[in-house]
Amino acid sequence: MAESPTAQRASRNGHESGERVDASLLRRVARSIAGQVQSRIPTADLDERDPDYIRESLPRQWLLASLWFRAEVRGLGNVPERGPVLLVGNHSGGNITPDTAVFTLAFCAYFGVERAFYQLAHNLVLSMPGLGFLRKFGTVAASPENARRALDSGAALLVYPGGDHEVHRPVWERHKVNFAGRKGFVRLALDQDVPIVPVVAVGGQETALFLSRGESLSKLLRLDKTFRLKVLPISLALPWGLNVGDMLGHVPLPAKITIEALPPIHLREEFGPEPDVDEVYDHVTRLMQDTLDALASERRFPIIG
Amino acid sequence: MRVVEAIEISSSPEGVWEHLADPARYLHFMSGFTRWEVVSDEPTGEGARYRMLMRVGSAEVGGLVEVVEWSEPRELAWNSITGIDQRGRWRLRERVPGRTRVELRLAYGIAGAGIFGVIAERLAAPTVRGHLRRTLQQLKRHVEHDQLRKSAAARREARASSRPA
Repeated sequence: MAESPTAQRASRNGHESGERVDASLLRRVARSIAGQVQSRIPTADLDERDPDYIRESLPRQWLLASLWFRAEVRGLGNVPERGPVLLVGNHSGGNITPDTAVFTLAFCAYFGVERAFYQLAHNLVLSMPGLGFLRKFGTVAASPENARRALDSGAALLVYPGGDHEVHRPVWERHKVNFAGRKGFVRLALDQDVPIVPVVAVGGQETALFLSRGESLSKLLRLDKTFRLKVLPISLALPWGLNVGDMLGHVPLPAKITIEALPPIHLREEFGPEPDVDEVYDHVTRLMQDTLDALASERRFPIIG
Repeated sequence: MRVVEAIEISSSPEGVWEHLADPARYLHFMSGFTRWEVVSDEPTGEGARYRMLMRVGSAEVGGLVEVVEWSEPRELAWNSITGIDQRGRWRLRERVPGRTRVELRLAYGIAGAGIFGVIAERLAAPTVRGHLRRTLQQLKRHVEHDQLRKSAAARREARASSRPA
């Protein structure tokens, strides 16, 4: 039997579909919302990226990055000039991730909007009303298939392996790279035979007072099952005060953001013809942690930088 | 947005042109520029293409530019092909013999960027103006230093040739 369009879309975006319907009313409501969300996740159409739109948005992003975040991006010369490349970043800032906006501006200004550049984002981000413009920037739902498709097209692809686990880490862990053991990016780089460029950012986790990931709360509410949400973050953020879930986003504090792109890692050249995934993972995360430590040591004050 | 800066250099226009015509020297005197790279077969002359970037605020902006006017030793102008819209021009005029007024003009913006584009252009202007001013000061230092070196070398040569063998 043919799958419904929703199920097809869900499948394309890397989801399991067709879990058994639960009897409880609460679960049925949750499942109904999840279905709505799934149906809103756009198909990963790489053609939706719109260079003209990005170009016309650069001044707005430049104002935000330069005035609000006083951002500084270093080492873009390390990104290979041509060809597919996997940019691996540490993720910060809750559901409003200033690092991505700053890096997208820097990348597009440096290489030109003509160079295809995609970013993987959590399904919920792409299904949120009002965030459809992200697709024009080249944001696609995070799934191995979409990642492969982007790299196959010869594009630069930005991924955050730490995902929701890392982005909602408490503020006292702000200077820690935490990919939670997710090694999919290494396998992706090996399968596609593309170099990895680590992109390390500091400052994003000071844009709100992140208190807890709320993993237990998420499990209790079964959000991990219904929305693939393993966290329900709790923070103190503008304008809400106590912010549970960060679903509506928040006004980020004007923390100074510094981002550094490191030299590319050509896996087979550096680790042999059959690299060990764990070894590569350890190498990349260690390198990123060392860089993050160095960037953190440059900061004299929180937020001010 | 259009930014213009000018300076007087103690040199003939040809002496200044020698520096402007050589893209390999650009990063030595262009302040704020992080890249000036030849990407065409011909490194100089009309039709030569360069990839240039200038640091302004949080980004390095620029793109691919093409030389559209090459009138030695008076005018050198370029237009953007990709990246932000820009028109640049070096304009050399000899007011008195041995003194050249060098003007550097840069008009830039992003068509279609709306009100944010206008605000960003205006906010970036002081930084761009500062880069252009320092560029001219550094060019003046380079050219005048070069002139001094050349005249010293000429004097040494003259002394050497006037000495009895």
